[in-house]
Amino acid sequence: MLPAAVPFVVFVLWPLLHGLAMSFFDIRLAETEFIGLDNYRNLAADESFRYAIWNTCCFVVLVVPVVWLVSLGIAAVVFPLGRSAQSFFRFAFYVPVIAGSVCLAMVWMWILDDHHGLLNYLCNSLLGVNIDWLGRTDTALPSLAVVVISWSLGQPIIIFLAALSGIPPELHEAAAIDGAGPLRRFWYVTLPLLRSASLFVFVTQTLGVFQVFVVVLLLTVNGGPAHATRTVVYGMYETAFTPPYDFDYAAAQGTLLLVLLSMVAVVQFRWLGR
Amino acid sequence: MANRWTFWIAWTLLGVAAIMALAPLYWMISGSFKLQQDAMQMPPEWFPKHPTLENYRKLFTAGDLWSGHRPALRWLANSLIVALCISISAVTTSALAGYALAKKRFRGRLFVFWAVVTTMMLPRQVALMPLYLLIVQLDWVDSYAGLIAPYLCFPFGIFLMRQFMEQIPDELISAARIDGATEWHVFWYIVLPMAKPALGAVAIFSFMGAWNEYLWQLIVTNRPEMYTLPVGVSKLVSTLTSFDLGLAMAGATVAFLPMLAVFVMFQRYFVKGISVGALKG
Repeated sequence: MLPAAVPFVVFVLWPLLHGLAMSFFDIRLAETEFIGLDNYRNLAADESFRYAIWNTCCFVVLVVPVVWLVSLGIAAVVFPLGRSAQSFFRFAFYVPVIAGSVCLAMVWMWILDDHHGLLNYLCNSLLGVNIDWLGRTDTALPSLAVVVISWSLGQPIIIFLAALSGIPPELHEAAAIDGAGPLRRFWYVTLPLLRSASLFVFVTQTLGVFQVFVVVLLLTVNGGPAHATRTVVYGMYETAFTPPYDFDYAAAQGTLLLVLLSMVAVVQFRWLGR
Repeated sequence: MANRWTFWIAWTLLGVAAIMALAPLYWMISGSFKLQQDAMQMPPEWFPKHPTLENYRKLFTAGDLWSGHRPALRWLANSLIVALCISISAVTTSALAGYALAKKRFRGRLFVFWAVVTTMMLPRQVALMPLYLLIVQLDWVDSYAGLIAPYLCFPFGIFLMRQFMEQIPDELISAARIDGATEWHVFWYIVLPMAKPALGAVAIFSFMGAWNEYLWQLIVTNRPEMYTLPVGVSKLVSTLTSFDLGLAMAGATVAFLPMLAVFVMFQRYFVKGISVGALKG
């Protein structure tokens, strides 16, 4: 127990609590001064932070339901195909998770490129339009959302496939005998039984999407254009690790992120929980 | 009728999703064999017409990127060292803590368990600044210690281990006790062998987490010699004056292939770990 406890306390628990405490101070090289809620007051007036919160919420609203729906749909289509098809698709959709966000972000940077990108080539030849996906305020955030969705499907699909295999086939047979078609069976038999798996997917995806960072850092210029893709974690990174290195102000942003996350988690548990 | 429609919609969905998931990887790997002018070409070359290893040569030989020696090889080694250390440590600490939480009765057990679950759910980024200050105070910036220390303990691993070890029957452990087994014997010869699938899952997930970690490694390394693969590869893009597509794709491919090999070898542990975590949680 002890070998785990020491790093847990030193590198996990302590920084977390220290972060909360830090947000109430003004930390400079020479002295540290208690400033109460000043950091939070500044945040309330900070326009770029408001953008960050709004964009982060947009990401969650765009990504999480789509990931849930698509992965559930894929699992439902793949499940009846038998074991080998299941493991093939499980593999196919988990490979992007393996590749990691940095590698994929670089490929997407190329695909979404204004002049040399694959996507614009397709758009050009099929629809005759050329869109600067990452350079326009109205398309930048949805483009990033699609990128995030493309590598988020692997884990939910595995979870849904495992949950589907836990449903006794007798239930479906009984419903079929009672005259329920496949869609009705899915809606009234399968879906309610996948409730806890769905809850898990919703909660983990929400937690993940709230931390969107890599795509913003690598695919956009400082969360641009015009703050359109700035997220909370990106804002934290920028505040603390680029000049003027304002650590306590970033810690206050982190604390607010924590509060926001807890609220969302509670709502999700209430809504979907037993 | 309705049946046929759902069938087609479902298959279209599956096809589009599969393309979205896999096409970027194809584009990455094929792109790594293209020179800059071929990569920029419109219409794009679906298959590299003049495949070349030039990008890999640039990546792995000295002088072209930095004056340092063979940067990509060093990054690969850094990533391997960091991921292996984190994985070994995560397995050790998770097994011990998971065993204590599952089978030992002590005061505050429930509290400790909830502390673990809570930190598992919380994003690490919230603690980023204090963690960084701590590492600065320890003078561990640009060192393996700084890259590894924050991940010595893996809350998800502890959780997984506890869930798994709870299912080992108590009778087995008390029977061994009666036969005179020491605490250590019980743990080593009875509990650990039975928890093998969970051990595999923890090893794999901590390895993958460390291999694909980005934000922390970005912050804690300043010298190119200490970069890990994701950091180094991303800096290829931001520091080179003109964005060399082929080179970036080659870097990404080098970062991807080792992890793919690990995944192919240990696939069943991945599946097991994910479903245990979800369905028992």
